[in-house]
Amino acid sequence: MREQETAILDGNEACASVAYRLAQVITIYPITPSSTMAEWADQWKEEGRKNVWGTIPVVCEMQSEGGAAGAMHGALQAGAFGTTFTASQGLLLMIPNMYKIAGELTCNVIHVTARAVATHALSIFGDQSDVMACRSTGYAMLSSNSVQEAGDIALIAHIATLESRVPFLHFFDGFRTSHEINKVYEIADETIRALLDEKFVLSHRQRALTPDQPILRGSAQNPDVFFQAREACNPYYLACPTIVQDAMDRFARETGRAYHLFDYVGAPDADRVIVMMGSGAGAVEETINHLNAQGEKLGLVKVRLYRPFAAEAFLAALPATVKSIAVLDRTKEPGALGEPLYQDVITAFGEAVSEGSSPFAQQPKVIGGRYGLSSKEFTPAMAKGVFDEMRKPKMKNHFTIGINDDVTHTSLAYDPEFSTEDPRTVRALFYGLGSDGTVGANKNSIKIIGSETPGYAQGYFVYDSKKSGSVTTSHLRFGPDPIRSTYLISNANFVACHQFQFLERMDILAATAPGAVFLLNSPYGPDEIWQHLPLKTQETILKKKLKFYVIDGYTVAREAGMGNRINTIMQTCFFAISGVLPRDEAIEQIKKAIKKTYGKRGDAVVQQNFAAVDAALSHLHEVKLPEKATATFDILPMMPAEAPAFVRDVLGAMAAGHGDLLPVSALPPGGTFPTGTAKWEKRNIAQMIPVWDEQLCIQCGKCVMVCPHAVIRAKVYDSAVLASAPATFKSAKPKWKGMEEELYTLQVAPEDCTGCSLCVEICPVKSKSEAKHKAINMEMQAPLREAEALNWSFFEALPTVERGRLSHTQVKDIQLLDPLFEFSGACAGCGETPYLKLLTQLFGDRLYIANATGCSSIYGGNLPTTPYTVNQSGRGPTWSNSLFEDNAEFGLGMRLALDQQKGYAESLLGRLAPVLGDDLVTAIVGATQIKESEIDEQRQRVRLVREKLVGVDSAEARALLAVADSLVRKSVWIIGGDGWAYDIGFGGLDHVLGSGQNVKVLVLDTETYSNTGGQMSKATPRGAVAKFAEGGKPNAKKDLAMEAVAYGSVYVARVAMGGSDMQTVKAFQEAEAYNGPAIIIAYSHCIAHGYDLTYGMEQQKNAVLSGYWPLMRYNPALREQGKNPFQLDSKAPTMALKQYSYHEARYTMLARSRPDVAKKLLQEAQDDVERSWRVYAGRAAMPGRGETPHIAPPEPEGKVAPLGTGGNQ
Amino acid sequence: MIDLSTQYLGLKLKSPLVVSSSPLTESAENIQRLEEAGAAAVVLPSIFEEQLTLESNALDQDLTRGTESFAEALSYFPVYEDYRQGQDAYLSQLRRAKSVASIPVLASLNGVTAKGWVRFAKEIEQAGADALELNTYSLATKFSDTSAMVENGIAALVREVKHATRIPVAVKLSPQYTSIPHLAMELDRSGADALVLFNRFYQPDFDLENLDVCPRLTLSRPEELLLRLHWVAILYGDVKADLAVTGGVHGAEDVLKCVMAGAQVAMMASALLAKGIPHLKTVHADLVRWMEEHEYESILQMRGSLSRRAVPDPSAFERGNYIKTLSSFTLRPTAAPFTVPYN
Repeated sequence: MREQETAILDGNEACASVAYRLAQVITIYPITPSSTMAEWADQWKEEGRKNVWGTIPVVCEMQSEGGAAGAMHGALQAGAFGTTFTASQGLLLMIPNMYKIAGELTCNVIHVTARAVATHALSIFGDQSDVMACRSTGYAMLSSNSVQEAGDIALIAHIATLESRVPFLHFFDGFRTSHEINKVYEIADETIRALLDEKFVLSHRQRALTPDQPILRGSAQNPDVFFQAREACNPYYLACPTIVQDAMDRFARETGRAYHLFDYVGAPDADRVIVMMGSGAGAVEETINHLNAQGEKLGLVKVRLYRPFAAEAFLAALPATVKSIAVLDRTKEPGALGEPLYQDVITAFGEAVSEGSSPFAQQPKVIGGRYGLSSKEFTPAMAKGVFDEMRKPKMKNHFTIGINDDVTHTSLAYDPEFSTEDPRTVRALFYGLGSDGTVGANKNSIKIIGSETPGYAQGYFVYDSKKSGSVTTSHLRFGPDPIRSTYLISNANFVACHQFQFLERMDILAATAPGAVFLLNSPYGPDEIWQHLPLKTQETILKKKLKFYVIDGYTVAREAGMGNRINTIMQTCFFAISGVLPRDEAIEQIKKAIKKTYGKRGDAVVQQNFAAVDAALSHLHEVKLPEKATATFDILPMMPAEAPAFVRDVLGAMAAGHGDLLPVSALPPGGTFPTGTAKWEKRNIAQMIPVWDEQLCIQCGKCVMVCPHAVIRAKVYDSAVLASAPATFKSAKPKWKGMEEELYTLQVAPEDCTGCSLCVEICPVKSKSEAKHKAINMEMQAPLREAEALNWSFFEALPTVERGRLSHTQVKDIQLLDPLFEFSGACAGCGETPYLKLLTQLFGDRLYIANATGCSSIYGGNLPTTPYTVNQSGRGPTWSNSLFEDNAEFGLGMRLALDQQKGYAESLLGRLAPVLGDDLVTAIVGATQIKESEIDEQRQRVRLVREKLVGVDSAEARALLAVADSLVRKSVWIIGGDGWAYDIGFGGLDHVLGSGQNVKVLVLDTETYSNTGGQMSKATPRGAVAKFAEGGKPNAKKDLAMEAVAYGSVYVARVAMGGSDMQTVKAFQEAEAYNGPAIIIAYSHCIAHGYDLTYGMEQQKNAVLSGYWPLMRYNPALREQGKNPFQLDSKAPTMALKQYSYHEARYTMLARSRPDVAKKLLQEAQDDVERSWRVYAGRAAMPGRGETPHIAPPEPEGKVAPLGTGGNQ
Repeated sequence: MIDLSTQYLGLKLKSPLVVSSSPLTESAENIQRLEEAGAAAVVLPSIFEEQLTLESNALDQDLTRGTESFAEALSYFPVYEDYRQGQDAYLSQLRRAKSVASIPVLASLNGVTAKGWVRFAKEIEQAGADALELNTYSLATKFSDTSAMVENGIAALVREVKHATRIPVAVKLSPQYTSIPHLAMELDRSGADALVLFNRFYQPDFDLENLDVCPRLTLSRPEELLLRLHWVAILYGDVKADLAVTGGVHGAEDVLKCVMAGAQVAMMASALLAKGIPHLKTVHADLVRWMEEHEYESILQMRGSLSRRAVPDPSAFERGNYIKTLSSFTLRPTAAPFTVPYN
């Protein structure tokens, strides 16, 4: 057995490290939670790391997982060793190739972070529904249950595929294993080499296609031979389990870690056994150890090789004493007799009995159940619940565990208080904000403890569903033995709350053990903190006798020059009071870690962090506890009492982190949710909010336009209402003709603002007496909150200005249109959401949105709340997400349906004309519905139809009532990011644009896969660094606009709100008005560009000024007027590209790291700008058809008969 | 054969024509061209300590923003093993300059804290700089800072840097000190090997349309030379440190004036930025021509010849000159009639 090094890794890194070393071609595509494996591969490639054959693998990003599988298939056929990483829908897109690769008996391993497949909803979290969908592909399937195993089993899969020729799908649970950090043994190159049999390596290469010994593979076969040929693979599958076990045995000899096709743990004479695979096995094993020590007889079979299912080995793994078996599946197959693993177990038993080979004197009873879908917690308490069920004479089959199914009553009861935690393990819980660096510091702490002490460490991190102001929870365990607890901490002996405001609405101490240490980052010192704690928090502290410490982390951070980064300070406090390490040693290690983490970013950052460490301890104070709770206030509910019941009780529970407790009956089957719910979730995440100076304001509306979260609103209203306004409610005389007698108010929603300050940056007005004072200025939120919340409520209730009074092409007027997209959880300062808000302001009350998966589907549709809302008439956007890859087609389907429904409604109108009257029918069918007033008139007519049909008892009348609304013009907008439009969905997008149908496409172009963490797309500009383009993207960005222009029949616009808000509005209006397909490509600044988004709009302006992002519109409607449809709306570049691009870290990090490469790419990118400008300017300068004679030669008179006359044709 | 050579900072220079710290000396290619055009030495652009701090912080913030916040996107950028900091780029720029130039290359350092100065000075020496120019451009904006505190601070920094490095150290001063001779003497005592007179102040301008204060960089004008000549002429002979003039040197006559005032070298930048590198050739040729016409044999011969010590009436450099100048103003044909106020 070899000496082995330990390392602190997560499952993804452990697995990727092996896969990388055994691959020559790695085809990748980002999908959560597997993306980091691909990122590692790309990074190692850039760093020049070699595989075991001494070469650097090719790492190639494809346009989709389908593409990745296809390219991998090709690489395999050409004799290379290929691999890929994926999950969920991505794996499903690989299925066609998986059938091929397996059918051709090709050595290959795909590594999968098992993730829920989108059904009633998308979920990025872990279950095995994706891998289970691949059961029939012919891939062998190997499961890993922990971070250690993710590396070990990965290697076994790669070794076994070589000899068996059966391709392998190696999987482990998404997030729980892929993202858990643990101390593991690394796999050395020598171990890999020792297991790698050169003979099989050569065989694979010899089977490759080569013109030197040409062969044909992948023929088409007919009924005569296909069947027989399909059966020809059987010997390989029969041999596969033995080969896998052999690889496992050799691996054990090298490493000391033994695995089996089915690993049994527990009592040798167990009467009850659970069969399962995946991370949940950790929780079950802990339960078994705990209960067996108390005299129970329990066991667990961990299924490792799931396909081919070696029934004999499975049965042999079970103790002969077993009486009942529960098979746990982490997937759901609606309508099936049972979930897949259960069915396999039943079949194994059934076959053994029928063949007379069953080793059991008395056949055990088998039940199956589901657990842990979408990373639902699976704990020892739940495992015990299952074992308890197995003791019953009549066991519940097809059960669920971990939820409360009060609809079909499948769930088993369990005692949530049951715990198997090792008392020697330190369990620490940290509540932080994404932006305060808590998670990063905790990852460092794990590394410190894991690598500097003989002890073991585990970290798991939970993030909330918002991108701005998101709450992070870090679950850290430290102990003397390896930590296999694959569930969250519910009984912590250290709890840190890094954000004081969390106390307002969260029960931070719910998971605290008696006598635990509680560390609070508090603006209040040890003497005054008590009176600022809610009643429940005070009571818990006293009841559980907590040791309570406070530190004013933000003051320490500010004084150390670290702004809002309190991570190092809080980490220092943790080590100081948790006792995990001696204090001095801990400080030294923290400093070492700081040097390692920040050293490459410059000495200044290191010194600041050192200063913060030194200052932290002197500001840390223990709080002397009073004898009783004295608070007069308590923890507030997440949603206010006046919210609708569903919002308050169901969505509110989710927002409060109690979603696990919701019963099945609380949730709508089919996944339909109400809109207009984000407004109830007052998150109060901004430290500073904008404050309006009504004296200075010129009412231009720019701040309202750019606000990504729709928290700045304007209204003009009857001055009489002011009488009932709150005392601090501000107003001014409107600067509109015809509104002089009314009042204007610009109001901020203080509890919904994210504090991004884009509004202040865009404000064009400066005070004449103090240049820094604008018409809108950032001020501290806390002192304003109460009064402004009242003002906001009052403002909200004011009637909105009648739309007919406003010009819908003027930014100034648009501020008065209701946004029907508000308070999204997008990043503070998001560059996408202002476009969406504008879209809803213009056409929101008749809007269908087909939304591709990505940022916009997450902040648009991630529970608990949605930002899409309704206007005062109750109308608003209706929204749906199909997949990532098919959004254009999805939207087209909506259009086709609407047109069909409209046609149907019109035919029904005709049939019901005697009831409705000919005039009304003619008016409806002939309505133009171009202007908003015309659409309103049509709505009135449809209302009249409805009134007239009341009481008409006919099938036609009922049918018309069901589809009458389709008679009012509807707008279908297909929305998505560049990953969708340029890459995975491009085929569909292209087809839809070519369809001629009346659909509109909005591409929110952030030039990267923002939602999955900034991977390169074909929209990524040349010279920008992105994941998968670590060396800077070497190619130019695809010009999607010109591709669409090439159709000639598609309305196309490139817009950048910061470059010209007027042009943006014009483009939206023209796209909507154009009777055919339209596409708007909208420059969207993004957190993945690497700069302070406060300057997002300025950067957009620079993009336009530098010529990088020319503003253009191509309107085919102009051609009909004889004009050139191509209009260029921006001027020739007035600044060098560098002046724009070098404001962003995506460019400058390359210049800092590889200056020569950066310089070359910058020069080429500048050339791109100039080349593209010449093309655009040339197109814009072309005369229209009406201005030039026809280019085609005239037909010679009298020689050719006109088409259709049947002449010479 | 006319001898243009001079000694500066213990380095033997082929002429007094030195190119001062400016964007011109940023690239090795330019340095090569400058040498060909007759430069006797070059001073690299300044490395600013604050800039390094800002860069470090900005990089950290830009790479950290948004990370570890959202389950799908725990980071937004690939991890690089290393980033070149400002000083890394500077040092490699210095090394490149040294590899192409046979003339001396002086590094320029603009620091804020003693730590920064000393650390960078060492690195600069290790990278092969022939000498170091310390740029003391700083603004006393704190109302509690006295002039003595400011001056003592500079002297202390010079001592520290001298202690840390073995290469010669020149100190570039701004003209706005109460007593330049006293400060010069203090710096002399602190070990400064040369004084460079003077830094140019870059005051921000006001943008009236946008109500903004914006940086504005203007090139030097020939008339700025007079201030420098004045002070070099006063210091010459009384300080051990070499003297250099920078600011307002545009042509050969300016160079001659600098030397005659007592400077070892005359530094140019603005004229070359405006007229291009070949202008240096013209200056060089003009210098030689003038010396030939006026039958000078060497630069050394004229050095300090018009310094305060060397002129018959030193009052020209003292208060008397003030009165003389004011009086002479009335003689200018374009000026308005001038009345001496105390008449």
